[in-house]
Amino acid sequence: MTNWKFRTRAIHIGNERDAQTGAVVPPIHVASTFVQPGAGEWGEFDYSRSGNPTRKNLEQTLASLEGGVGGLAFSSGMAAIHCVTMLFESGDHIVAGSDIYGGAYRLFHKIATRAGVAVSLAPSHDVGQLASAIQPNTKLLWLETPGNPLMSITDLAACAELAKRRGILLGVDNTFATPVLTRPLELGVDIVMHSATKYLAGHSDSLGGALIVRDQELLDRLYFIQNATGAVMSAWDAFLTSRGLKTLELRVREQCRTAERLAKFLAADHRVSRVLYPGLASHAGHAIAQRQMQGGFGAMLSFEVKGDYAKAKRVAESTRLFQLAVSLGAVESLIEQPASMSHASYDAQDRAAHGIVDGLIRLSVGLEAAEDLEQDLDQALSD
Amino acid sequence: MMHSHKRGRSPGSSLGSSTVAVHAGEARQKPGDAITDPIFCASTYTFTDTQTVIDYIEQDQPRQEYGRYGNPGERVVEQKLAALEGGEQALLYSSGMAAIVGLLMSKLSAGDEVVFFDECYHRSREFCSKHLARFGVVTHQVRTGDFAAMESAINARTKMLVSESPTNPHLSVIDLECFGALGKKHGVDTLIDATLATPYNIKPLEYGVDFVLHSATKYLGGHNDLLAGVIIGTNENMESVRNLRGVMGAINSPHNMYLLSRGLKTFELRMDRHNANGQAVAEFLEGHSRVEKVYYPGLPSHPQHAIAKQTMKGFGGLVTFLIKDADWRATADVVDAAKLARIAPSLGGVESLIEQPLVMSYYQCTAEERQRFGIPDNMIRMACGIENAADLIDDLQQALEAGQ
Repeated sequence: MTNWKFRTRAIHIGNERDAQTGAVVPPIHVASTFVQPGAGEWGEFDYSRSGNPTRKNLEQTLASLEGGVGGLAFSSGMAAIHCVTMLFESGDHIVAGSDIYGGAYRLFHKIATRAGVAVSLAPSHDVGQLASAIQPNTKLLWLETPGNPLMSITDLAACAELAKRRGILLGVDNTFATPVLTRPLELGVDIVMHSATKYLAGHSDSLGGALIVRDQELLDRLYFIQNATGAVMSAWDAFLTSRGLKTLELRVREQCRTAERLAKFLAADHRVSRVLYPGLASHAGHAIAQRQMQGGFGAMLSFEVKGDYAKAKRVAESTRLFQLAVSLGAVESLIEQPASMSHASYDAQDRAAHGIVDGLIRLSVGLEAAEDLEQDLDQALSD
Repeated sequence: MMHSHKRGRSPGSSLGSSTVAVHAGEARQKPGDAITDPIFCASTYTFTDTQTVIDYIEQDQPRQEYGRYGNPGERVVEQKLAALEGGEQALLYSSGMAAIVGLLMSKLSAGDEVVFFDECYHRSREFCSKHLARFGVVTHQVRTGDFAAMESAINARTKMLVSESPTNPHLSVIDLECFGALGKKHGVDTLIDATLATPYNIKPLEYGVDFVLHSATKYLGGHNDLLAGVIIGTNENMESVRNLRGVMGAINSPHNMYLLSRGLKTFELRMDRHNANGQAVAEFLEGHSRVEKVYYPGLPSHPQHAIAKQTMKGFGGLVTFLIKDADWRATADVVDAAKLARIAPSLGGVESLIEQPLVMSYYQCTAEERQRFGIPDNMIRMACGIENAADLIDDLQQALEAGQ
């Protein structure tokens, strides 16, 4: 069973038939607490914060898909990253990529710093710059690839080598690539994190986060923090996420195909000044992406329109299929302006320093027909 | 009291089917500005004052009244399914059986007659021959695909012609053009249960068929986690059906409606994979020395392969086959040896299922009845899910070898 292909495991691992009823889909265990065999004797589950059968099923599936020893499901992606930051203590230091989600930036700079954990940003597509940002007290290297919102590509194998050499942990937010395209643990990464809200659940109807690791001792430490702090995923969301995982590979591959087509369409369009998509040969990280992302370059892309800020705003507001909203990774296509929406939490000077310009528009490509989405962008650009 | 169905705004029929599956029936701007529709669990809906109630009744306004007549989430799914099928109106029920019962009960009265092609879901046959008979409705069964026999069974009292396409579990494919034309010629309503095909593979309404029925539990829901049925037809034809559903009450739950709507968003991707897996598994089985016969419309050996190729985009995930020189027990050994496909009734979900019709659906029948229904002891029905095709074939390979 372990040699089953990815899609087969997404459907079956963690979803074994219910032993009691034979149900082909495991029941949703909403119980907050579990009856114990005796005083001081503990069953497999005792209290749903500490463990829940539905959540455990999902964690097993995720561990299988990412190639880890185990996983933990959280109430949101931010809760998952927060759990990682709680491995550290006052005086420790984190190096993070400069092209990361605004919420992660905020957590590192406004929350972790309060506990005396310092943070430096460095462009993660340049391993040399990452290496020079590492200090004697650095404990964690935190990266996203493709980066958000600039779609920068980070060489994970090279970073894993760096982290190992310097004796620090390497964590990767794999939300954009998903395990369909990239499995960071196989490249030597220590912690994989997901906003399960995005591709994993995939239908814009569940919030969740996940951590998957390849070392049991690290899993135990993270589980201790999760159980002690309590930001666990609900059984309902675990069910919806498990259901979403069953079509993960189909969705992601289809969304990648459409995104690649749209990227090429935009790149050839005279009304567009710049397209950021790792699948384009012109993208700085294209060669690494080809090696690191299997069979697709993701379904996120950013572009800049020619003209002023008002023109960019007008384009973002005049699509008919793409809907104006933050978040990503679902069946519905979304459009947004990072500077005012997903990355508003960045300090203005950091936005400027790292290239998140006001005219940038970010697309999350959904499952609609590619030609419909292309027509929609075409009419929005004409506006 | 209840109001007639009003069509909601949908993105339009020129859009691709995956776009339709994601967006049709949904308002662009939803309650609370949410990207997904809320689940309205309310059993009843409030009126601001008495005059509002009177206006609602007198003007037949499109709004919610009481949960048994419909709910907002259900209307979204109905519009999605109508759009995918190319029909005017869809009506959802709590199961596929509730749907066919709802349609037949609304269209047939004592003294009326209905003509069936004989290969069909055994519960549909049971409802007609045992239960409709108690209300004085006469059912005639004719050999599947024999249009001459069907035509000669039609008389002045005939009200409905019924068939599945493809049929279950034999996967016979009906010439829908002939079927629709026969109904039109005699002024008799036609119904196709297209559960095994789905609107991805065929659209019976385009061939002049009056009603299409689906057990939405299968491919439409697609995740083996809900029960639902649906009928699609013209607004005019569906009015009495909808009215009777309001009386009989076999409506689905708002929670299921959300899961069904969610399932439809990946409908095209899933069907594409079910079709590919069904074809790959059928071809593998046909080439296997232990297999006597494979029933699959996508194989050139299938008797209606030409019609199927002409009218179907793909041939679905259901594959039926016979084990060579095997009695029921030797056949059961193959089923029991499967490790990936699980033993269960139903089909159309992401998980592959396997069963032996003799045991699963016809165990109570006599050998003579099974012969009449065309259910040999050595028949296996495999419902391919969307797993990796190579994994499914590896599993069948080892099951065929193990169960020897």
